[in-house]
Order: sequence, then structure tokens, then C-alpha cells
Amino acid sequence: MRLRITFAKRGPLRYTGHLDLQRNWERIIRRAGLPLAYSQGFHPHARIQLAAALPLGFASRAEIVDIFLTQPVELDHLKEKLQAVCPAGLEILQVEAVEENAPALQTRLQAAEYRVTLPSLNADAQRELRQRIAGLLAAPSLPRQRRGKDYDLRPLIHELRWLEDGSLFMRLSAVEGATGRPEEVLDALGIPWEETLIERIRLIFTE
Amino acid sequence: MLTPEQIETRLHRILLKVQKPGRYVGGEYNRVVKSWEDTPLKVALVFPDIYDIGVSNVGLKILYDQINQRPDALAERAYAPWVDMEAEMRRAGIPLYSLETYHPLAAFDLIGFSLPYETLYTNTLNLLDLAGLPLRSADRDERHPLIIAGGHATTNPEPMHAFIDAFAIGEGEEIIHDILNMLRRSKEQGWSRLELLRHLTQIPGLYVPRFYEVAYFEDGTVREIRPTLPEAPKVITKRIVAKLPPPPTRFIVPNVETVHNRVSVEIMRGCTRGCRFCHAGMIVRPVRERRVEEIVQAAEEALQQTGFEELALLSLSSSDYSHIVELVEAISQRFHDRNLTISLPSLRIETVSVDLTEKLKQHRSTGFTLAPEAASERMRRIINKYIPDEQILQTVREIYRRGWTTIKLYFIIGYPSETLEDVQAIADLCQRVLAEGRKVLGMKAKVHAGVSTFVPKPHTPFQWASCDTIEQILAKQDLLKRSLRDRNIKLSWNEPQETLLEAWLSRGDRRLAEVIESAWRRGARFDAWGEQRNFQAWMEAFAEHGLDPAFYTHRPRRADEVFPWDHISVGVRKSYLFQDFRMSLEGQSRIDCRQQCFACGILPTFTDLRRQNPGDFWKCPEVKSPARPLPVLQAELTPSGA
Repeated sequence: MRLRITFAKRGPLRYTGHLDLQRNWERIIRRAGLPLAYSQGFHPHARIQLAAALPLGFASRAEIVDIFLTQPVELDHLKEKLQAVCPAGLEILQVEAVEENAPALQTRLQAAEYRVTLPSLNADAQRELRQRIAGLLAAPSLPRQRRGKDYDLRPLIHELRWLEDGSLFMRLSAVEGATGRPEEVLDALGIPWEETLIERIRLIFTE
Repeated sequence: MLTPEQIETRLHRILLKVQKPGRYVGGEYNRVVKSWEDTPLKVALVFPDIYDIGVSNVGLKILYDQINQRPDALAERAYAPWVDMEAEMRRAGIPLYSLETYHPLAAFDLIGFSLPYETLYTNTLNLLDLAGLPLRSADRDERHPLIIAGGHATTNPEPMHAFIDAFAIGEGEEIIHDILNMLRRSKEQGWSRLELLRHLTQIPGLYVPRFYEVAYFEDGTVREIRPTLPEAPKVITKRIVAKLPPPPTRFIVPNVETVHNRVSVEIMRGCTRGCRFCHAGMIVRPVRERRVEEIVQAAEEALQQTGFEELALLSLSSSDYSHIVELVEAISQRFHDRNLTISLPSLRIETVSVDLTEKLKQHRSTGFTLAPEAASERMRRIINKYIPDEQILQTVREIYRRGWTTIKLYFIIGYPSETLEDVQAIADLCQRVLAEGRKVLGMKAKVHAGVSTFVPKPHTPFQWASCDTIEQILAKQDLLKRSLRDRNIKLSWNEPQETLLEAWLSRGDRRLAEVIESAWRRGARFDAWGEQRNFQAWMEAFAEHGLDPAFYTHRPRRADEVFPWDHISVGVRKSYLFQDFRMSLEGQSRIDCRQQCFACGILPTFTDLRRQNPGDFWKCPEVKSPARPLPVLQAELTPSGA
């Protein structure tokens, strides 16, 4: 059986990285007493697939993990049962069963949406930020460097908006090899990202 | 004082600048968060090393449970921030805080430090400072938390006497409640700090150093240690629990990888082997065992409540557990199909150990660990860990034959009367072990020799012995490096500086408090971490206070010398230890004391406890005679006596 779990990751768990989160899931499933499947071989590992790595420090209300079980389990009350054994900051939003041999979520990932909470800005600063956003979107290309590699940020930005509540909305490409990073967009806007809170709000997949 | 909300806000600005920020935020599964407002007694338990090492500490876990089970008390945790985080915290004005509720440590009523080893002393000072507290007990008052410490290193509390208000000697399960009850009375009755400390001297096993005075001879050795309060006991005898309480099962599950992510179940406390170098073997007497069913039940519960994939069955000497075969059978039957790693460390060097380990093994593992501790038969008699060479070779043959490719061998150099021949014997034994491996596995066979350096510990037969100088240690290590040049033999060793530091502090006196503080002010901390160690700071600190480090290390003690820790009793007589030391010098060994009682003193110390708890879970002879005082023992334990 293959379970698909949608979950939020926030609070102290923001500081748990991708690999550690994978380990966390393994332990959550074991605590819930579900029959977790393991790979064959000398060093068996738990069959757990996170859809998309979430960078350290980001919050999310839209993470997805696929968990493979050796036997089918009852879906009734499973969400509550899992929630009861989660660490602080992990909230189970949805649990469903999916086709055992459906393609891995990573391969279908298309884009991700983020909401960035900014430090409060006065009217002038707001106006200036909106101008900078417009400038960014109007640019035909945004050549940047990340870890010594040249790349163009512009085509990775699908959408970028300033919201009335003082936050930023962005939809960035999340295709393998062409992943837009919110902190790069913030940097291009001249906003120090340490002073913001970045939350992933949706993962978008191909059908 | 900052509020938890202020601390949290400041934290979020710095956490992404440091390595592994997950260490500093808490939120782990199984942590206990109680109401701050509604709980009168607030305790912070501190392991003064990084989270990665401290979070799995079983001793603190026991106390955490004991305290949190009380309706009137809460326990939260703190660890030492790594140097990057410490710098950020100081820059941002964040004091040391608890992981459960982010309260500054200064807001607690009691701070308990775990001091299992001496190289944590400078960290302890650093944490007091980071908490914004005065370092010295004498400079703290009612406004500050009470600072207590416990753990194996505190069997000689003197080097830290100036900084800690009270030391809990021995096992903590019961004394913690006595301390909390006293603290509660103190709060209700509004005692001054001095009144509280005076009352604390009445708790058996609790040492309040402020009420003791030490006089020295001109040569720097101790003349006398005496209490300055009429009601303070002359000798502080350690606490023990007669019967081991149910083991903890709700272990903290860290959200980031740490050194030990596992369920640990203590199967037995204490050891009857009597190895003369072994601190734990002398100070954790008597041996008390848990029942097989209790261990299996606790393991089952703990695995369910943590989801950990590793189970460790802990004791000082697993092979000596009376029902070891039955236990391994039960564990392997119950847990064989759960993708677990099960470890049973500290097995004797005999082929039965290979059977036991194989039974517990679920995945392929490459390394098998053995601890001969010494390589020449002469030296094995001196340290009282006698194993014939043939038995070792037979065991390793069996290990290689069953498919392990690497054998880790642990040795110690620097024992009393050790010669270069004894050291050469280590290299020779490693070669012979590898030769056995080659017969079975060819060039795939490997040996890993871990060679540490001996540090004489208080309350052991070797407390009279001197320690090697840096030059001696280097010569011995050099000999090993030259003799073990084989690409299938890996050699590891301790830096001599680390050994010396541990040696000064292990048998240090009160004057070392000044040295520790100076060393810390000069930048020493994380002394157990090679890359952080600042040996220069220590040498300067000794010089600043006109003390010679060699006095503490390279000096054989007189037979009748009063030791700085003589007013602390772990229940083993000094005369017994001395007799054992003499036997060692004559190359005489003693057998396992389960077979014959050598009257070490533990039984007379705890006669009443033993009488009230008959049965074979306690591995000392039963006491059936009615209670009577033991004048001989009392006289002997008087610090200035004999």
C-alpha cells in the first residue's frame, strides 16, 4: 500500500533539514505502528519519498510524502493516529491511498508557490518595493550567480506579486535542474531574507 | 531578564547563521512541557557538552522523568551551544535558555549539571556565564538558582567546589526528590541562601563544599578536611537505589541526527570484575540486575514510543549479567523482524560472546569490538583483567570465521610499572590477531587498535599511582606507530595533552578551582574536543596561581596520604583499595567477587538497605544478622584518620 500524506512543517521543525525530516518520517510511521516497507539489500532503508526538499528555515503548509507499506491499513482515523505521534511543528493535513506504482512525485513536480512575510514597510518603502517588482518582471533576463554557477533567474519566476497584507506571493519553477529559489528572488529585490519568513504554500504537479 | 518570546524572536534572527540550528530549538517528540505558571519548582537539567552528545544521556533522562512526574515540579533541558552559536548568542544578547519553553536559565529554581567527565569543567563555567549567573557559589544568593552537579566526575568534587553549591554523590533517582522537597520548604519559609545550604547538608549523599575547610602540609598535600558546621557530616557517603527502578522509555527523539539515536536499556548497574584501572567498576558498586522480562518489556515500550531503529542493552560488563543467554534469546525472538540494530557492548573476550552478538545481529555489520586493555600477561595481572592470549586468539578466529572483517581492539598504555616491552606486546598482539584474520579472510581482514592513555582515578586502587609524562606517552605512542605499519591495521590514540588535562582534574584539589577559572578566562572550553583544546591557556593558568601541574600527575602518592576526596565515600574502603594496589604491584590478581566476597566495604556501608532488599538481583551476599554499628568502618572513613 502507498500512502500519500500532505503536511505542514513549521515552528521548531523549520530547522530540521531534508534528510533529517526523512528520518523523522520513518520514526513517525514506526511509532504509529504501521508496517513500513524497506528496500532489499545489506543496508535496507525505509521506502519514504518526500516530494520536494524544503530548504532549512522555510515553513510550509503544503509538503507531501509518499510512504510505502507492506500491508494495507485502514484509512479511518489514520490522520489522527499519525498526528498523535508527530513532533511539534508537524501537522498532518491529509492522508490518502494512491496507486502503488504511480510515478514518483519528484518527477512530476512543476512549480512551487511561496508566501513571504516581510518586516513591516511604510508607504514609501511599499511603493518602492512594488516598483522593484515591476522592474524585475519587466526585465528580459536576470543573470545571477549561485554557488559559482551562472544562471538566469527570470524564466524561473512564473509569478511575483505584492499582497495587501504586506507579504509577497511568488510562483517559481520547480522542475529538476531549473528550480527557482525564493531567497534568490528576495535578494534580487534587495530584501535580506534572514529578516523574512518564507512559507511554501503549494506544490504544483503535472497530471 | 528576557522573556521567552523575546528570546525566541532574537533566536530566529541568528539560527540560520549557525551549523545545525535544529540543535537549538527543541520541539522533539517525547519532550515534556509543563505549565510554567502553575508549577512551583522549576529545574533546568544541563549537559555541558553539545546537544548531539547530551540529548541521549540516560542519567539526565532518568532525572527528567523523575522530576516531571512530580505535580509540583518541572524539568527542562539545556546543552552547550557550539562555538559558532555561542558567539551569535553573545552578540545578540541571548542568555542560555531551556529548549522546552525558551526560559532563560536564570529564571529556574535549580540548575543541575551532569558531570560525567572532567573535560566538561570549563564548559560548565562557560554556561554559568552564558546564563548571566555569577560563577562562584559565594557570589550567588537567593535571587539565583541553586546550582547542583552530579555524575561520575563528582566523586572528586574538589576542583569544582567553588562553582557548585552542592554535589549529589552517587545515584540520583532518590536524592533529587530530597533536594526538591528541601527547596520547596525553603521557598515556603523564605530561607536565605545560607539557611538553604545549611539544610541541604542534612540530605544524605549531598555535599555542600562551602561548609568544609581544607588544611595543607607544606609540600602541598592535604593535612585535613573538616566540616565547619557542627551538623555537616564528616564523610559524605554516596546514595544508591537498592533496586533499580523501571527504566525510562519515553526517550527524547531528536529532530536532527545526533551521536546516539537509540533506545538504551540498562540491564545491570555495577560490575564485579574489579579491574583496577576502572573508575566505574569501583564507584558503581554493588551490582544490581534487572529481570529479563522487565528489560524486554521496557525495550518494547521504548521502541514503540520513539520509533528508533536501534536498541542498546547497557551495562559495564554484559557477559556477567546472570541471565545473559536467556536475555539475548528473548530479545532476538521478540525483535528479529523489525529492521533494528541491536547492540550488546562490553562483552568478555570468549567465543560465547560471538554467539551472543551473532544472535542479535540483523544486518551485516563489519566491526567487532574487544577490549583486552593490556597485551602482556604480566600487565593483565597488574590491572586485574586476566585473559590468556590463547583465549583472545581463539575468540578472534571465531569472529573472522563468522564473517566480521574488522576487529577493534581497545588497549590502554601508561599503567603503573609499564615498560616499553608491555607496549610492544600491544603491537605484537595486533599482528597476531591480523594473522588469524588473514588465515580466514586473506587481505580482507582488518584490525583497528584504539590505544588510549591511562589516567589514575580517585576511589580506585591506582589512585596512589603516578601518571606518565608527555615524553613517556609520546615514546610509547611512537613505538606503536612504528610497529604497526600495516595497511590493514589502523591505529588511533589520544593526544597526550588531553590525557594530562584529565589527569590533573581527576585527582585535583580545591586549589584547581582557581586554575579552572583562569583557564576558562583565557579561552579554554570544549576541552574534550581536540580542535578546540587550548593547552596553552591551562599552562598559563597553572603558572598564574603558582601551581605545578606535575604535582597532580607525576607524583606517586604516599601510602598514608590524605586525598582531597577522602571525605567522599563511594562505599569502598580506602584500606581495601590500598591492599588491591599492593597486590597489583606484586602481580597478584583477584577473581570475580561474585564468587568470593573480598569485603570491599560496600556491604557494610549499605547493610540496612541490603537487609531490607533480600534476593539475588543484588550480587552481594545477603545480610541476615540484626543491624549493628560498624565502628571500624566509621573510623577508617574519617578523612584525617588511619
